[in-house]
Amino acid sequence: MRKLIGAAAVILLLNACKFNDDVQRLPIAGNRDAVTKVINGQTVTDTVYQTIPNFKTVNQYGDSIKSVNLDDNIYVADFFFTTCPSICPVMHRNMLKVYEEFKDMPDLKIISYSIDPKHDSVAILKNYADKLRITGNRWWFLQGKKEEIYQLSSSYLVTFPVEDAKEKFIHDGYFILIDKQKRIRGQYDGTSPEEVEKLIAAIKILKAEPEQK
Amino acid sequence: MKWVAVIFLALSVFILAACQSEQEIEFARYYSGGMVIYQSKCQNCHGSDGKGLAALIPALTQLKTDKTILPCLVKYGSKSSPNPADKTFGSEMPATALPPVDIAKVLTYVTNSFGNKMGTITTQQVENNLTDCK
Repeated sequence: MRKLIGAAAVILLLNACKFNDDVQRLPIAGNRDAVTKVINGQTVTDTVYQTIPNFKTVNQYGDSIKSVNLDDNIYVADFFFTTCPSICPVMHRNMLKVYEEFKDMPDLKIISYSIDPKHDSVAILKNYADKLRITGNRWWFLQGKKEEIYQLSSSYLVTFPVEDAKEKFIHDGYFILIDKQKRIRGQYDGTSPEEVEKLIAAIKILKAEPEQK
Repeated sequence: MKWVAVIFLALSVFILAACQSEQEIEFARYYSGGMVIYQSKCQNCHGSDGKGLAALIPALTQLKTDKTILPCLVKYGSKSSPNPADKTFGSEMPATALPPVDIAKVLTYVTNSFGNKMGTITTQQVENNLTDCK
């Protein structure tokens, strides 16, 4: 009898440690809407999340890159410019860690939008990528229309860039994590090594979510 | 008697510690001041470990540069690395408004960190070197 109680206690304890859902998920950021539809005579309410809108850019190889080129990819985005004297070297020193960490993950991309497209031509971006020792198509440096890129930054929930006489452009150093449904799943301060460790951990959680397979 | 020995020992340790030479104190003063300047003016690009950034920004580790040209680089900036082996990006190091004393401090820090050991660079040396900038 004593043994039985003991065994029951152990089973109870083990069960107590179980989570309701055995999959860990990241939160979904941004605005959301509830959409009510009638499907097969039943009223169904669904949540529609904010997604990254379409954009048109060119990467460091001169290839046209649109949102559709990121379909079926988890990606990390940031905003930078090649002549940035302040935070960009720190950001890309940290982004290199993400690049190295996931070099065997084919469906993860990194995209860096230039906020100084007038200076950052395809040739300049290619040179920058080469000097960072980036090869292949895992990390794209993108040039687009300035107004469009600036507008896009608000879809990523980062501060609208501001031009400044001394710093040239003032912008956020956030790394934004986007899932395969183009929803925002996290923002991490790209200038902080600790935050970038969190981003790396978050990507591992995200890629294990069933919706991201 | 025992106490006398203990006090004598303590005193001699104290006196020995205080016996840091004038040069050592000067070095420590330059070095620690330079560390703070490095963190606010240089570290973003050259990194907390002085390793730079890939081939974009030159590393400051194991400097082989003639140290008399360093003050000019810090003051007026540079379009290329003084080390010809670094084929750096066209990005340039910006000029600074640091006064000679701060240039001396930050250079003492850099030239005695990251595997470098070049000794103190004094304000006087910096002022002399700055008259010879190209």
